[in-house]
Amino acid sequence: MARHVVATAGEIPVGGKKVVNPAGREICVFNVNGEHYALINRCPHEGAALSYGPVVGCFESKRPGEYALTRHGEMLRCPWHGWEFDIKTGQSWCHPESVKARTYKVEVVAGSHLAKGPFVAETVQVTVDGEYIVVEV
Amino acid sequence: MSATAQSPKVQTNDPAILGFVDCDVHPYTKSPADLDAFLPKRWRELRQTIGARSRSPFVAAPNYPRMSPGTGMRMDAWPEDGGHPGSNLNMMREQLLDAFDVSFGMMMPLLGRGGDSRDVEFGAALCTAANEWEAQTWCDPEPRLKAAVQITTEYTEAAIKEIELRAGDRRFTHVMIPPRGLEPLGRRRYWKILEACAANNFPIALHLGGTSGHASTGGGWPSFYHEEHPSYPQSKEALVTSLVTEGVFEHIPNLRVALVEGGFAWLPSLSWRLDKHYKRLRAEVPHLKMLPSEYIRRNIWVTTQPMEEPEQPDDILATCEWIGWDRIMFSTDYPHWDQDDPRYALKVRIPEKEKRMLFRENALSFYNLTV
Amino acid sequence: MTIPMPGAIDCDIHPALPDTRTLMPYLDDYWRAHFQMRGLDRDNYDAAAFPANAPINARPDWKPAKGKAGADFQMLKTQALDGFGLKYAICNVLHGAQAIFSEDLSAAFCRAINDWVAKEWLDRDPRLRASIVVPMHSPELAAREIERCAVDARFVQVLVWEMQEIPLGRRQHWPIYRVAEQLDLPIGIHAGSSYRHPPTNLGWPSYYLEDYASWSTGFAGVLNSLISEGVFVEFPRLKVVLMESGVTWLPAWMWRANKTWRGVRAEVPWLEKSPADYAREHVRLTAQPFDSPPNAAMTRKIVEQIDCEDMLLFSTDYPHWHYDGGDALPDGLPDHLIQKILVDNAMKTYPRLKDRA
Ligand code: FES
Repeated sequence: MARHVVATAGEIPVGGKKVVNPAGREICVFNVNGEHYALINRCPHEGAALSYGPVVGCFESKRPGEYALTRHGEMLRCPWHGWEFDIKTGQSWCHPESVKARTYKVEVVAGSHLAKGPFVAETVQVTVDGEYIVVEV
Repeated sequence: MSATAQSPKVQTNDPAILGFVDCDVHPYTKSPADLDAFLPKRWRELRQTIGARSRSPFVAAPNYPRMSPGTGMRMDAWPEDGGHPGSNLNMMREQLLDAFDVSFGMMMPLLGRGGDSRDVEFGAALCTAANEWEAQTWCDPEPRLKAAVQITTEYTEAAIKEIELRAGDRRFTHVMIPPRGLEPLGRRRYWKILEACAANNFPIALHLGGTSGHASTGGGWPSFYHEEHPSYPQSKEALVTSLVTEGVFEHIPNLRVALVEGGFAWLPSLSWRLDKHYKRLRAEVPHLKMLPSEYIRRNIWVTTQPMEEPEQPDDILATCEWIGWDRIMFSTDYPHWDQDDPRYALKVRIPEKEKRMLFRENALSFYNLTV
Repeated sequence: MTIPMPGAIDCDIHPALPDTRTLMPYLDDYWRAHFQMRGLDRDNYDAAAFPANAPINARPDWKPAKGKAGADFQMLKTQALDGFGLKYAICNVLHGAQAIFSEDLSAAFCRAINDWVAKEWLDRDPRLRASIVVPMHSPELAAREIERCAVDARFVQVLVWEMQEIPLGRRQHWPIYRVAEQLDLPIGIHAGSSYRHPPTNLGWPSYYLEDYASWSTGFAGVLNSLISEGVFVEFPRLKVVLMESGVTWLPAWMWRANKTWRGVRAEVPWLEKSPADYAREHVRLTAQPFDSPPNAAMTRKIVEQIDCEDMLLFSTDYPHWHYDGGDALPDGLPDHLIQKILVDNAMKTYPRLKDRA
């Protein structure tokens, strides 16, 4: 496990995502209402790059004919067969226990803190007065 | 082939998958006007004014809205040039043809609506135009892509003319018929067309499609795409039933038929059902000389997409054995949302020999392809 | 195979209405006069979906010298009730009444058939039970007929064709499902069509063999409709029984429906589990015909794939011809399922059988 600096804080807008490549692993980092989450950029079904999928809410219903959109911006729909994943946990809507997209720990860390190391920053220039998105891989 | 010998774009080193034959690829126009170059003036003007009219309520949208933009496209297949998925050859190469070193891609164009046109002369002109467009826009720059002869089954003479026109042109490998037509395809009125296919050594690809105007279930029109999508296998079952029961394969024993985009797990049970009830009702169909399942085994091939996903993944092996490994051909359905990735669509280990048949050998012989 | 024990519950037998005239005493004044005036009593409204003399619908040794197979009570008693040692048998009258275009005329026919069944069949043998025939295209009249008949506990189910004007899951039908659920009546959905649409989505086939083959694809459509529309979400106690469906199509349907649900479920967000799991909870199938594969090992594989011991119900399908002699049970069923198929599953499916058990 190493901590990888993958973006500056604020670089990914709310509702946005960024594909990063720490340690040769393709990962998609999301900003869900100000919190950052990271999923492997590979659908557990047939391997689609999840980053092409739209970030959506949860389409729910209490009974036939009633519709409710909940958990705005917390779900990701796979760009191929449309399986829905909870961005925070990686769990799929249909089979939350058995089908999951791998998640990674993400933090926003102050540059001054990072200066104490250890961390890997391949593509991001780190300064002590910046804030950074760090993924643990 | 070793991993190092590959171009960086090649996405697998599985020798059974590299060089596979994709039995269902969809090329699209960048704009419907692309066909105009191949249409005589009269029809060009009609296309631009009234347009092709089929038996459905919308000018250009399908009866059942899909779940992703572009009537159900895979979302990573939109080219940067702003065109429709499947309209950009370079992107198709990158995502499919080069990525898997595909030997051949069998094109199944879903455009022009020629086969569906209620005005059959216009329909025939649209088919001819779409065939020219296919050959010039796709086959000429990319000979791995093989063209379908599109026809309208409601205009026998024009259909036969088109089949004969394309026979001998190596770019065209199969006749494509949208099976949801006015009547089940096995009916006598279509036999002349089917005869022409066999006489010109064209196998027939029956790709799901067509707007028959008939409800998509025998009990009426469903409400949801959630019902429409799983009705595709039901069309295929009716198609097999019609072709077999009408005696098409007794009449044209060398006719080869591929069912495209309907899965395949339904086929064993249908064969058992037809055999069983044929025994009771054979007096009604004395023209049949063999069991229905024997005609199926001899004349019908299936393609895999949308891949079957049994609850117990291993069950797919039994299904394939019951159908016969030599009758199953892999297809991606690129660039549709429900397309399959050759690397991951099959969730169990397939023995090497069967895998080579499924990904390549069956299709090479079905479509008369030589590498 | 033959059934190994007496006391089975036969969930699908077909007493036949000899002719329309037979119904005259069961019509009220108005409709009797109406039938007479138009000469309807002389017309034949048998269902085109089940031609009475087609070999598949009339087993040779179950056909009386005169008249339709299934029309003779004594024969049915000797051959089905006594012959198979049945504890109960559920009468499903397959008749064109349900297909008549006028809702009111259809309802009048259905009322007469239900009263005829009660009097001429149920009253004659305590082992007989029946399904209520209803005009499905009029939810209001259908619901009323269900309530009227349900007073008699010997009516244990509602009977409808699989193929009607609109798919069975559509919300227009829900008043019917509401009363059925309240009154502990499963919805028995029988193979066949009222031919409002071609039986296949490719159009009208030529042969009866094709129509017959289409029944199982029709059932796939029925399940897609009932589940997608949310019938089992709205009516959590409702059971449906698919009769004469062919059975072995079910695993492939489950896989396809589940796969579609994973990608498309946002269109029908009320579904909380996979279509196959809704089916396992709410759907039952009679086991004749079974459309068996060529050998017993394959049959066992299919039964494993169905993966639910509660789904199959015994039926002789008398007087339809799917087997000879007493071989009413498909070969290859695992032993531990036999008792469930013969008795237990039916007792759980039809709460009204308990009333008199
Ligand atoms: S690849 Fe993501 S749902 Fe199939």
